[in-house]
Amino acid sequence: MKILVGVKRVVDFNVRIQVKADGSGVATEGVKMSMNPFDEIAVEEALRLKEAGKAEEVIAITIGPKASQEQLRTALAMGADRAIHVETDEDVQPLTAARILKAITDKEEPKIVMLGKQAIDDDNNQTAQMLAALANWPQATFASKIDVDGDSANVTREIDAGLETLSIDLPAVISTDLRLNEPRYVKLPDIMKAKRKPIETFTIAELGIEPAAAVKVLKTSAPAARQAGIKVASVDELVAALKEKGLI
Amino acid sequence: MAKVLIIAEHDGKKLNGSTARVMTCAQGLSAESVEIAVFAAEGAAVAEQAAAISGVTKVLLIENPANEHATAAILAPQIEALASEYSHVLAPSTTFGKDLTPRIAAHLAVPQISDIMRVESPRIFDRPIYAGNAVITVEAPEGIVVGTVRTASFSEAEKTGSATIEKREINVELPSHTRFVKLETSGSADRPDLQAAAKVVSGGRGVGSTENFKVIYDLADKLGAAVGASRAAVDAGFIPNDHQVGQTGKIIAPELYMSFGISGAIQHLAGIKDAGTIVAINKDPDAPIFEIADFGLVGDLFEIIPELEKALA
Ligand SMILES: Cc1cc2nc3c(=O)[nH]c(=O)nc-3n(C[C@H](O)[C@H](O)[C@H](O)COP(=O)(O)OP(=O)(O)OC[C@H]3O[C@@H](n4cnc5c(N)ncnc54)[C@H](O)[C@@H]3O)c2cc1C
Repeated sequence: MKILVGVKRVVDFNVRIQVKADGSGVATEGVKMSMNPFDEIAVEEALRLKEAGKAEEVIAITIGPKASQEQLRTALAMGADRAIHVETDEDVQPLTAARILKAITDKEEPKIVMLGKQAIDDDNNQTAQMLAALANWPQATFASKIDVDGDSANVTREIDAGLETLSIDLPAVISTDLRLNEPRYVKLPDIMKAKRKPIETFTIAELGIEPAAAVKVLKTSAPAARQAGIKVASVDELVAALKEKGLI
Repeated sequence: MAKVLIIAEHDGKKLNGSTARVMTCAQGLSAESVEIAVFAAEGAAVAEQAAAISGVTKVLLIENPANEHATAAILAPQIEALASEYSHVLAPSTTFGKDLTPRIAAHLAVPQISDIMRVESPRIFDRPIYAGNAVITVEAPEGIVVGTVRTASFSEAEKTGSATIEKREINVELPSHTRFVKLETSGSADRPDLQAAAKVVSGGRGVGSTENFKVIYDLADKLGAAVGASRAAVDAGFIPNDHQVGQTGKIIAPELYMSFGISGAIQHLAGIKDAGTIVAINKDPDAPIFEIADFGLVGDLFEIIPELEKALA
């Protein structure tokens, strides 16, 4: 079976982002970009399923500008077999992304589409669920354990109440949470080898997708800042301060 | 005028407090009506709790054996069948709501607004991006507004209402491709709920081990506080995942948040920005957590906690 894995280029999780003074967005010029951490986990999980003999082919897909090919190369260096780049300079919102993934899914017929549970830029946490809806497939979101057994899978999900296990029929969409695995580091020879792996490129128009009605971003602002606090010198001082506020 | 449908979150017996927070958000929509839908196998008790939330026009009770431990795949088609009667469909931005609402939005061919933190008008909302390090003001396009509500941004609505409860039957085909197997909870049911607690005591990697976490639990018990944790503490297996606070864990707004041995990564801070008072105990004077703490104390948590307990006794 094939596994299709989504990969998004985002501002690296270590960067402290700055909101532009004119409210037009977040400054991304010259900022370090990386693969969305949840997607790295998705790539890793797909590769482990392949290594365990449960999948034959791992295909990485990204939707984004030309530079997103860097992240596809990372996925290929990790071990993905080939990649698909849906190239666009537009801001692609989750419903449109889901429609694009649906079109590719129809073409490739993977048994599992593995996506990060959220991208750490927009923090939407929507695309996997939307793709599952459009395909009328099962979804298992926030996965921390995946056991594939023939035509079904048991997926353990991290939810507010604890750990929930679902049994789902394949094909299905799975979204990955942090504790599913620890992604491998890519080695230099793998990066060289990845350069020879194929990347197929499409435009959104070529896929015949109608972009969905979009949410309009009116402005971007910095969050309300917390007032600077103080350092106390002792436990007694701390307790006195909390008592004064009526907190203890 | 807005007609709002809120999807109740519950465990079959008890309505989750997040539902009353969504109600407070809905009050900002100048709505003509706000209805709460309870999907359950047997939901009379939950429906009554929902009916007591002030401002609720009506509670819809949809009972069906399939709604026991209902998954998004089971709930979405039922909600879609109701949706055309409403202008807004809202759920809390908990793992329940996050899993569910995008499935509905996609079928209704509308985008979703995730993590609504402020209502500017019935179609204009603020929501956080980049782990809360920026806020965008967004306008929903025409059509039904489907959204999740960031529960830390809204307090629970009062419970002085007595709305009518109407039983509904929804006859749509439900899929059998997704089956509930089990739920493992961490057995912290007798402690205050992390998402609703007024006080939270939280431990990080600095706590060092599962055994050491006992000092965090003991202090929490003394204060009547819930227990939280950083991702590093959960990853290391010191404490179960449902205690994780942050961008990808729980977003909380207690009156008092006390952190021990947590460095203050942006992903962790994303979960506590709305706390009333933040206290940080860390042995590293340069730990970033001190930048947002109201009261910081530099020192070893294993020396400070016993002193604190003595001072509180
Ligand atoms: C995509 C993504 C999502 C993430 N989501 C989350 C999230 O939701 N929540 C979250 O918490 N993290 C999250 N993280 C992880 C985050 O980046 C940090 O790695 C994590 O928060 C660190 O946890 P920590 O502060 O406990 O550990 P560390 O950063 O290792 O800090 C430990 C601290 O303990 C102090 N310490 C050690 N011993 C003592 C002692 N005896 N007394 C006092 N202080 C002591 C040290 O000085 C240090 O500051 C996420 C990361 C990524 C990439």
